[in-house]
Amino acid sequence: MDTQWPLWEVFIRSKQGLDHKHVGSLHAADAQMAMENARDVYTRRREGVSIWVVESKHIHASNPDEQESFFDPADDKAYRHPTFYQVPDSLTHI
Amino acid sequence: MVAHPDLQTQFDLRVAEDQRIEPKDWMPEPYRRTLVRQISQHAHSEIVGMLPEGNWITRAPSLRRKAVLLAKVQDEAGHGLYLYSAAETLGTSREQMIDDLHSGKAKYSSIFNYPTLSWADMGAIGWLVDGAAIMNQVPLCRTSYGPYARAMVRICKEESFHQRQGYEIMMTLAKGSEAQRAMAQDALNRWWWPVLMMFGPKDDESPNTALSMQWKIKRFTNDELRQKFVDATVPQAEYLNLSIPDPDLKWNEARGHYDFGPINWDEFWEVVKGNGPCNRQRLEARRKAHEEGEWVREAAIAYAIKRKMKSEK
Ligand SMILES: [Fe+2]
Ligand SMILES: [Fe+2]
Repeated sequence: MDTQWPLWEVFIRSKQGLDHKHVGSLHAADAQMAMENARDVYTRRREGVSIWVVESKHIHASNPDEQESFFDPADDKAYRHPTFYQVPDSLTHI
Repeated sequence: MVAHPDLQTQFDLRVAEDQRIEPKDWMPEPYRRTLVRQISQHAHSEIVGMLPEGNWITRAPSLRRKAVLLAKVQDEAGHGLYLYSAAETLGTSREQMIDDLHSGKAKYSSIFNYPTLSWADMGAIGWLVDGAAIMNQVPLCRTSYGPYARAMVRICKEESFHQRQGYEIMMTLAKGSEAQRAMAQDALNRWWWPVLMMFGPKDDESPNTALSMQWKIKRFTNDELRQKFVDATVPQAEYLNLSIPDPDLKWNEARGHYDFGPINWDEFWEVVKGNGPCNRQRLEARRKAHEEGEWVREAAIAYAIKRKMKSEK
């Protein structure tokens, strides 16, 4: 019997008000065990106030080989940044 | 590599610019293989490294020492897990790594094949073995493979407590009775040389070093790290009023470093080959734990399947 438990990705909110951030992965038989293992492996020093676990097979990642073409729609749109616009130096709060 | 000139160039450029390589990025096969070997070896060292200290948990001299040692050993289990998951991002499986450890194909740090004979060894291990590990691990926080570097950052944050609790044990013994001082000195005598061997063979006998440096997996050579460790540790031993068991150890004004005597490399290679004092015992303990845990792993899967079926009804 294959006893390798499925792989889970772990995301932790380190403080109230911050985003969950990927911290690593672990093996567990189910979500509850993944949650408890994540607590023991990744938050032994109160590194988190909230944990998400997602089975790794459910994550779809962008392809690094197509990184350039995939992200290039943003390359020629400098007007999306505030620095694109000239306003007089004398003005404030703008 | 020759087949992917563009990819190879892109990889080389990234490494040269100190950018990180991530799991799905193209990488040369030898780079991947070197990482799998080094990271899994590192993970195995954390896991096997729990055994010599685990030996003293039930015999710690006070509840405080016991809680601390337990927490330290638990951290080492965590370090093993961080590193196994980093290695898995390279396409190797957990089972494969565990099998390689149990069959003797994969190595782990030679230091964990030495026995822990007295409580003072808990002090010496924390102070010296974790101290040496820190020397090695701090530069690895900047290693070129992203998941390995991130695991090392997490590990380094936790290691400093390990070293300090060890030094505290040594300070207590060194300031104690004659018998306690003798225990501390004996532990230092037995651990000093094996700890210097932890940094690995001399640079001119370490064939992998050049490539690892070029790939920025390693940032310092074995000899450089060993020297840094000696320089950092000698004053700590002096503070304890304990003597390092090396008659050739002396400050070299011109070099700005301590000179130290020759290392017994025959002993090192014997231990690496499996003939150290505890090699057999360590592997046996790991195999036993794995085999005796088999039914637990199976039961957990069966339970998960059953619960899932129930919830789908
Ligand atoms: Fe560790
Ligand atoms: Fe440690």
